[in-house]
Amino acid sequence: MAREITYRDALREALREEMYRDERVFLMGEDIGAYGGSYAVTRGFLQEFGPDRVRDTPIAELGIVGLGIGAAIGGLLPVVELMTVNFALLALDQIVNHLAKIYYMFNGQFTAPVVVRTAEGFGQLGATHSQFFENYFAYVPGLRVVAPAVPKDAKGFLKAAIRGNDPVIFIENSLIYRNRGEVPDGEDFLLPLEGAEVRREGRDVTIVSWLRGYYLALGAAEELAREGIECEVIDLRVLRPLDVETIVRSVQKTNRLVIVEEGWKSFGVGAEIAASVQERALDYLDAPIMRVASVEVSMPYARNLERLVIPNKDKVIEVVREVLYQRLLAPVAR
Amino acid sequence: MARPLVMPQMGYDMKEGTILRWLKHEGDRVERGEPIAEIETDKVNLEIESFASGVILKLLAKEGETVPVGQLIALIGEPGEKVEEEAVPAPAVVGAATAAATVTAPGPRAPEAAPLEEGPTAPGERVRASPLVRRLAAEHGIDLSKIRGSGPGGRIVKEDILPLIAAPRAPLAPEQPAPAAAPPPPSVPPAAPPAAAAPAVTVAPVPGLPEFEVIELSRIRQTIARRMAESFQQAPHFFVTTVAEVDALLALREQINAQVPEEERVSVTDLLIKACALALRDFPTLNASFVPPNQLHIYKRIDINIAVATEHGLIAPYVPDADHKPLAAIARLTKDLIARAREERLRPEEYQGGTFTISNLGMFGLVEHFTAIINPPQAAILAVGSILREPVYREGSEEPVPVRRLRLTLSVDHRVADGAVAARFLQTVRTLLEQPMLLLVR
Amino acid sequence: MTSTVDGQLPGVALPKSELLEMYRLMVLIRRFEEVAAEQYALGKIAGFLHLYIGEEAVAVGTIRAMDPDDHLVTHYRDHGYALALGLDPRRCMAELFGKATGLVGGRGGSMHFADASKHFWGGYAIVAGLLPIAAGLGLASKHLNQRRVAVAIFGDGATNNGAFHEALNFAALWKLPVLFLCENNQYGMGTAVQYASAVREMYRKACAYDIPAERVDGQDVLAVYEATKRALEHCRSGNGPYFLEALTYRYRGHSMADPETYRSKEEGEEWRRHRDPIERFRQQLLAHNVATPEELAALDQAVEEAVAEAVRFADESPEPAPETLTQYVYADPITVR
Repeated sequence: MAREITYRDALREALREEMYRDERVFLMGEDIGAYGGSYAVTRGFLQEFGPDRVRDTPIAELGIVGLGIGAAIGGLLPVVELMTVNFALLALDQIVNHLAKIYYMFNGQFTAPVVVRTAEGFGQLGATHSQFFENYFAYVPGLRVVAPAVPKDAKGFLKAAIRGNDPVIFIENSLIYRNRGEVPDGEDFLLPLEGAEVRREGRDVTIVSWLRGYYLALGAAEELAREGIECEVIDLRVLRPLDVETIVRSVQKTNRLVIVEEGWKSFGVGAEIAASVQERALDYLDAPIMRVASVEVSMPYARNLERLVIPNKDKVIEVVREVLYQRLLAPVAR
Repeated sequence: MARPLVMPQMGYDMKEGTILRWLKHEGDRVERGEPIAEIETDKVNLEIESFASGVILKLLAKEGETVPVGQLIALIGEPGEKVEEEAVPAPAVVGAATAAATVTAPGPRAPEAAPLEEGPTAPGERVRASPLVRRLAAEHGIDLSKIRGSGPGGRIVKEDILPLIAAPRAPLAPEQPAPAAAPPPPSVPPAAPPAAAAPAVTVAPVPGLPEFEVIELSRIRQTIARRMAESFQQAPHFFVTTVAEVDALLALREQINAQVPEEERVSVTDLLIKACALALRDFPTLNASFVPPNQLHIYKRIDINIAVATEHGLIAPYVPDADHKPLAAIARLTKDLIARAREERLRPEEYQGGTFTISNLGMFGLVEHFTAIINPPQAAILAVGSILREPVYREGSEEPVPVRRLRLTLSVDHRVADGAVAARFLQTVRTLLEQPMLLLVR
Repeated sequence: MTSTVDGQLPGVALPKSELLEMYRLMVLIRRFEEVAAEQYALGKIAGFLHLYIGEEAVAVGTIRAMDPDDHLVTHYRDHGYALALGLDPRRCMAELFGKATGLVGGRGGSMHFADASKHFWGGYAIVAGLLPIAAGLGLASKHLNQRRVAVAIFGDGATNNGAFHEALNFAALWKLPVLFLCENNQYGMGTAVQYASAVREMYRKACAYDIPAERVDGQDVLAVYEATKRALEHCRSGNGPYFLEALTYRYRGHSMADPETYRSKEEGEEWRRHRDPIERFRQQLLAHNVATPEELAALDQAVEEAVAEAVRFADESPEPAPETLTQYVYADPITVR
């Protein structure tokens, strides 16, 4: 059995179920308790689980993650929230230097199984509140980095992350919290924290994306289908470890790859995908691997400018045509 | 600093151009805007101009060479300027004028493809090819230097090599009688879906057929072939014929032509243009395009194409805003367009456009009627036969009278309109032709 | 000075065995560090080597006062803590040599000693980075209703860092059982305290968070022991964190490559001559007849041998196998390529 629920509800269900299942699970973050969560993910949790298990913290991201690490070593299962990925920068030292390394540098003696949830997004929020840093985390060995796009993955991943032994950076996008999708019933619905998925089959070009970018790719694919261009759309789902094999298999079929990412292009996740895919699938490429990404500026406030920065469906379509060696045959509606 | 001159994009479809003749030579001075060469494209011959003033330091393409759009063909600078070798990218593809994309399979005595004086890649130059193409070439033993690439900078891409990979196929039997007339050439900027799939593969020799000579199709013919196939496959055509009595029309024409200067003398085609344009005002859905999956784009202007036969194929320039033009203006315009069409001096914007086409085979005197293939992405086309003197029985009379009549066959995209619309449209056109004073009034 | 009663020190309720063990451990640390310095100079130890010489009383006094179940996280000058915990000096030396038999298999080196069985969750190299972790350990203990205290040992330099303040605030806010033990050796790397800290007495910084705090003479092992015991009791009883500052001095430079241009030789001489923790304790023990010179000499000798043995062991141990390079990156399996 399955029901259709929102991404936000999928997260909520995952947290609730795991908190009931294991007393060691507890939450820490800013405004997650009394306020109900800045994105309402934990609404009602304080009342349901009490202040010891739903801890509102001071505004101290470094401390939040550090405490999470200590608590995990000390025998608890913390799920800490860094309100947005912009603020996660403050916690990078604990994440990179401790969370990712404790298991390795102390020779496997103990782990720090912390789940760090953080959200990306934009919407005229200004330069320091509109960034995308999944690449910063995906860069670091020792971390698992997931970025589910659909509610089913959100729930399955979060539960698996909480029950797993590795530190997990769980990246969300506030703009897709309302997206709906089928989620299977059952308390033990867990998904392995790896693997990309082909969600739409096609012959002409492979489009890879994740989080909100996945929906852009789907929209472009639907529009292009009306012209007879069939796009194969892959939801990456997990950034570290990266499932290159699935992408390679697709490129062997389509001979073309377009990567859609919301962050900046240079030194981003797309660069990694492109490099890895060409290592294994060079002889199947009929065109260079192209990336659709944000314009490399700090995010401006004005709505018209912001619109220019973030990739949209039309930009994806343009780039798909490029790899298909077409001129722009019809002016793209703007 | 040397200024580069590249093969310019002259028209949506243009992928490459052939240098027919350099009008300037190395060492000559050229001014910005001055014609520097004559080139041939799919459709027409054109002069191209220099975008910089200065002295021609180097010409990078030879007469007769075909060069992809965007590729360097000349360098212009100050006299005595040194040209660095790296600044001159080796052209990826150097070749003879004819297109080599379509090749038929070798017969029993494996003839060469049309012999080339030099391969598409000059010896010693690096071939640009996508990695996929290289692998396929290696797997199938294909010499990449013989292939012309259609990708950027002459890159050989999948589309270019697939036709060379032999795949046995059943012989093509003619499936339906082809329309009797040469269809109008595709000259409109297509909103139609581009072919992303591989083009036709080679045909294996059929037992029983004799030996054959291989003729490379000219670019124009290739384009026509492709466009007409697309149009006929994708638009479900139906055809409606009517016959109009044109004595009055011809009489009016004589009257007009007796009174006006040479360049304003109207032809039957001019009158047809006006008649169709006026009729289309009442039937806007025939002045439209079907856009999959479920849109109709109804144009706000009526631009009528006329098919013109030239030495190398058909081309169809158009009369813009035809319903608002007086006959004299139409006449003047069509004379000019037809003349330049025959001399292959049309500019792309003169034939890339149009919302409805008229194809007139009447000049042969013997074509009773014919059906034409719609010019994509238009909704309809009118095929005009010869004016024939025929016996007609009038109401109440047992004796026929001789009447000059003209048959018109309208082809319509059934996704856009039904038979009733077509019939009513033709009725309107016929009325205008049979009461030609109306043409002067609206 | 009063005379001893049954080999005990006045006012100190510790048996002789304990006192001798404290002495032995301090000497062990001292000797180990001196030998490590030699080995470094011979090229057998590489990278960073932060020597604990002069500070031995802090490690020994603190750790001997802890319960075996208490948590410990420390900064990177951590050999002394490992030895004070009773970890095998051979494995400590092997770790410094980067051998497979080291405390953490040669993967950590000098700065990252650890032993899960002793709840020693590591030496940490990012200054102040261990402090939020300590707070988290305290959180776990409290949440699980354990009586463990999380002991965090850090230097004066760490007290000016954001992580320090966040950790203290969390601990005070949530009343976590954390002992913040600041080893003030008066230099943060190459910068003296007065040039780094607006407030020079570290214990005074705790008042910003209403954390009870005191300063203790870090060169007096019994004073450290006694203060730590009190502090731990405070934490263990649910009263929240405690801040102890142990004033001490490191005889050697910050690390091996330190030319010590930032302090005077005379200053060091002063501490060595008059405030050496081992020498002081030795005097106390002798003066109160807790031990005879022969007993102490025997202990010295045993330490000498133990450290020599440690070097031998480390020399003879194998390097980590190359196949183990990619072990312990992830605890759970990964199947995608």
